[in-house]
Amino acid sequence: MSTALLLLITGIGLGAIYFLVASGLSLIYGLMGVLNFAHGVFLSLGAFLGYEVATRMGTSTWGGFAVSLLVGALAGAVFAALTERFLVQRLYERHIEQVLVTVGLALATVALFDGIWGTDPRFITGPGWMETTTRVAGANVPNDRFVAIIVAALVLLAIVLFLRRTRYGMIIRAGVENRSMVTALGIDVRNAFTLVFTIGGAAAGLGGVLASHYFGYVSPLLGQTLLIFAFIVTVIGGLGSLLGAAVASVVVAVLQQFANYYLWGTGDLAVVVLLAVVLLTRPSGLLGRK
Amino acid sequence: MRATLTRYALPVVLVVLLTGLPLLDLSLPGVLPGPTYTPGSLHLMALAMVMAALALSYHLLFGVAGLLSFGHALYFGFGAYALGILMRELELGLVPAALLVLAAGVALATLLGAVSLRVTGIPFAMVTLAFAQAGSVLVRRDPGRVTGGEEGLRLPTEHVPDWLVGVADTRNVYWLALAALVFTFAVVTWVQHSRAGHVAEAVRENELRVRVLGMRPFLVKLAIFVAASVIAVGMGMVHLILNSGAVPHAVSADLTISLLLMVVLGGVGSRWGAVLGAVVYVLLSQRLAVLAQSPAISDLPPVLRIPLSEPLFILGAIFVLVVLFLPGGLAGLGVRLRGARRTRGAQAPTPGSLVAEDETT
Repeated sequence: MSTALLLLITGIGLGAIYFLVASGLSLIYGLMGVLNFAHGVFLSLGAFLGYEVATRMGTSTWGGFAVSLLVGALAGAVFAALTERFLVQRLYERHIEQVLVTVGLALATVALFDGIWGTDPRFITGPGWMETTTRVAGANVPNDRFVAIIVAALVLLAIVLFLRRTRYGMIIRAGVENRSMVTALGIDVRNAFTLVFTIGGAAAGLGGVLASHYFGYVSPLLGQTLLIFAFIVTVIGGLGSLLGAAVASVVVAVLQQFANYYLWGTGDLAVVVLLAVVLLTRPSGLLGRK
Repeated sequence: MRATLTRYALPVVLVVLLTGLPLLDLSLPGVLPGPTYTPGSLHLMALAMVMAALALSYHLLFGVAGLLSFGHALYFGFGAYALGILMRELELGLVPAALLVLAAGVALATLLGAVSLRVTGIPFAMVTLAFAQAGSVLVRRDPGRVTGGEEGLRLPTEHVPDWLVGVADTRNVYWLALAALVFTFAVVTWVQHSRAGHVAEAVRENELRVRVLGMRPFLVKLAIFVAASVIAVGMGMVHLILNSGAVPHAVSADLTISLLLMVVLGGVGSRWGAVLGAVVYVLLSQRLAVLAQSPAISDLPPVLRIPLSEPLFILGAIFVLVVLFLPGGLAGLGVRLRGARRTRGAQAPTPGSLVAEDETT
């Protein structure tokens, strides 16, 4: 029982990280139809810069951790905004080329990270409390899982509030629904595009810092590995659906954990099988339209 | 008349020249590591030809049918690993094992293609990526100790004919790779000019219209998908023999991305573009890695040294620039230059953003 509970909470913690990547991917795809292969790079950049800041301020201090989260989010946001402005926007409405540009960017940037930080993983420790465990009904749960879950929940809440309560949020929601109508009403959706990229990049950068604590290391391939699961999450949840991404993140991560423990380490395969089943029964995903 | 001549004579001359290369003593400093008859150069050229054939199969998927797959490496890796494992575990000879792997490849491609083609466009890209990732994980995890995990799989040389093993026999492998490339080029041309190829091109442009005409896009796309995948399986097998083994990179998404890079670099929709893109890519990635170790690069300040010593950074940057500023790739550049010369600067034909038709060249 305690094992199952541990797996469940660890799974939700991993799901929180998936969600931080998938939320941006899903919003970007929903509004712009772009599959952003560079999203993993936003995450890696956030993780690396967060790591650099944390090592300079002292990894075991809460201040260092908080600043690394902030720096990670900021780095992801700035990089994402620049990517959108200078690469993606030039290829307006040409979806395949937009994908290709992000693929090339991801390739070049991962190689650059290899050159700067080396291919070997860099190990990182957080504040003392995050390295210990808490007893929950007989299960010893590592505390960094709770931090990941809380941060992801706050991000979900913030994005939902932003989408529902602000004018820009309304434009983005309307754009996801029917972009040509929004354009026809005389609203310049291009700013909304940049905004969505920035939000997605910030969430991914935040996810990068949390992922480096969850897995205990930073490496140039961290983002690319998580990106593939984030893709699966967005397809299962329904492309363009934020809530779908949240639900699917947790489902995918928990399934992965349980399959890894009870089915001889087949977690990754179980996720792909789930994807195939969802595609065969509901091609538009759990909460997708149509 | 002149067009027919270049169309048929040029490839024949090229193939004859390439066939004779292992017997000649030509040096291309900066491109090849040594004279053309040395094993090192032959190996590099054979690798470029295998990659060119693989890029041609990707051209069939992406250039003809418009299917942006991120899982093409799965079939390449399947060919390499399955052949090695079958020969070792069942102690089969090369030919029966290869036939068995091809049959299994058809079954695998049909099954996975049928599932992934339930979605189109970007979701298709994600789904193929997920399947390939599952394959990649499987190979790395090494269930039952058959794939060799990160270390890779060694070619069971005792089941391979003697004339294909050993450094001195590199030229035989070179001829094998050349034959594979010529065969693939012929098959891809045939598929592209068949009824299925034409329907696939029509589906790429407007699927709804094809459906209205009473045809079934799904079956045509599946046929193209299976054809491209089986070619990839075959190339995986040649690659296994060429490199005397297989490593997990053969199944990775990185390999598919490099295929995409080759096809886009050469010019989407053009067969010669795919071949050219692959050759340029293979030579560049080899030569840039050598260049990175040279004193000209290693003495530079870090700001310049780090980016320039990463071949993938340079290739990725070139790729981004091609996508942004050279939509037709190298083939499109050729068409554009020829057009500019013919019309003396008056209204050069701009090749379509993604479709540079082979027939116009």
